[in-house]
Amino acid sequence: MRSRRIFEAVIERALFLCAAGSILVTAGIVLVLLWETAAFLGEVPIREFLFGTVWTPLFYDKQFGVLPLVAGTLLASAIAMAVALPAGLLIAIYLSEYAPAPIRRTVRPVLEVLAGVPTVVYGYFALQFVTPLLQQIVPGLAGFNALSPGIVMGIMILPLVSSLSEDAMRSVPTGLREGAYALGATRMQTALRVVVPAAFSGISAATVLAMSRAVGETMIVAIAAGQQPRLTLDPRVPIETMTAYIVQVSLGDTPAGTLEYRTIFAVGMLLFLSTFALNLMSNWLRGRFRQEYA
Amino acid sequence: MIGTALPPPRTSRGRRLGDHLFASFGALVTLLALAALGALLYDVARDGLGRLSWSFLTSYPSRRAADAGILPALAGSLFVVTLTALIAVPLGVSAAIYLEEYGGRGRLARLIEINIANLAGVPSIIYGLLGLGLFVRLMQMERSVLAGASTLALLALPVIILATREALRAVPPSLREASYALGATKWQTTWHQVLPAALPGIFTGLILALSRTIGETAPLITIGALTYVPFVPTDVWSPFTVLPIQIFNWVSRPQAAFAENAAAGILVLLVVLLAMNACAIVLRDRLQRRV
Repeated sequence: MRSRRIFEAVIERALFLCAAGSILVTAGIVLVLLWETAAFLGEVPIREFLFGTVWTPLFYDKQFGVLPLVAGTLLASAIAMAVALPAGLLIAIYLSEYAPAPIRRTVRPVLEVLAGVPTVVYGYFALQFVTPLLQQIVPGLAGFNALSPGIVMGIMILPLVSSLSEDAMRSVPTGLREGAYALGATRMQTALRVVVPAAFSGISAATVLAMSRAVGETMIVAIAAGQQPRLTLDPRVPIETMTAYIVQVSLGDTPAGTLEYRTIFAVGMLLFLSTFALNLMSNWLRGRFRQEYA
Repeated sequence: MIGTALPPPRTSRGRRLGDHLFASFGALVTLLALAALGALLYDVARDGLGRLSWSFLTSYPSRRAADAGILPALAGSLFVVTLTALIAVPLGVSAAIYLEEYGGRGRLARLIEINIANLAGVPSIIYGLLGLGLFVRLMQMERSVLAGASTLALLALPVIILATREALRAVPPSLREASYALGATKWQTTWHQVLPAALPGIFTGLILALSRTIGETAPLITIGALTYVPFVPTDVWSPFTVLPIQIFNWVSRPQAAFAENAAAGILVLLVVLLAMNACAIVLRDRLQRRV
């Protein structure tokens, strides 16, 4: 009996260590990023890094202003959200309020296939299919640009917005809908003025999560956006995002310990903090939604 | 309410028309999204099918697009994902068992839960930076299969834990209570009752997590996986490349012939993913029938 109790205790301890190991992963991420970022900021003043408008760490005349990368990231993500948010919301409304159950059951998993396609495949799609297509419509669109990867990124995060928003809408109590119908509202009025507002925090949580996914997305922009850091809001010209810069440097043979090598950790730190903030916000919104309909 | 202007009355026909239009619009957007998936598959198949052949699967990369193949990349992908599974699955499943069956509502368990949810939202390229700093530099694994698999294992861990927990949660509590009533200990209950019952769900989650891993490109580029590898990796210390990196390498070249190679590579990658998912479904069905 005693040996069994010891055995049980050992098992529990071992399982606990595996679970606690996940905290080490977070600690590892923070420490690695902090370590190299601190070394980077020892050589480049933080003011120059955060507010400088020229990013040329790989050139002879090195400048370390991260704003062009931030602008590129924001531009591509904004385009993605402009595609994913309206389309995702409409799909969610259609599936939750209108579509018959068999259609909903087939459409949803097929749409979710979109989220499972490897991002390198989307990169190919953006460069080889969407860009040539857009060039026939948009005058002056360069071969590499923010528009095409932005749109494709929007398609990628679409199922995230539509599925999570649909879940939020479906958990709105039926009584609210019936009340609206009883007052003579049509299905559209009920959907837009009752269900969507009632599910608002759940939908916002989905939106913010999708935004975080877009900010951290790498391969689509690395392939189709052009890898040229540029402080612009013009979606037709080549740009570079924070993630694409990390890829660009990693492909070269930059020796460890150099300032160029440290730039990717500094940029990574900025990226980590932005997505972390967005994820926290999304969690907070989802928590609020749960409180409303607990 | 005196003085409040009532909205102008609208005919019920107009309202119904608006409702129908809105519904059709929603259906149209849904169709468009499905069409995007169709366009993607069509585009890749059109460009790539012509290049698919046995020699494409069994050749080494080459400067001449027509001679180039994906053997090292395909072997590298399968090697890396197997090793990733060997590292991540035991850790992830154990962690999930602790959190679901043992953890309780303690403060530490709660902290671990929040931490895992956050880890699941960290962009994959950040895991690449972690792998670069930790495995490649600090532990001096260099650009080896082991460094790549360890990096991807950390990336897959939160997904595996979340999926396994969900599968464990679906096991009815009555099963555990019956086992305890017969005098079984906690671990005996978990090992002999809960795990077998949760196995189909766990399997599905694992395969989905690993199929995401096999499509990952960015973290492996970040740890410095090579883009040109003219040999098949032999052991965990070998340098390596994977299928998505080979595809990326071909996409980045200006020549159209390499774009065709990339499309053919994508087709192989999609077939591997499809096969993994089919396996997941078949396995789940088999196990479900048995339990």
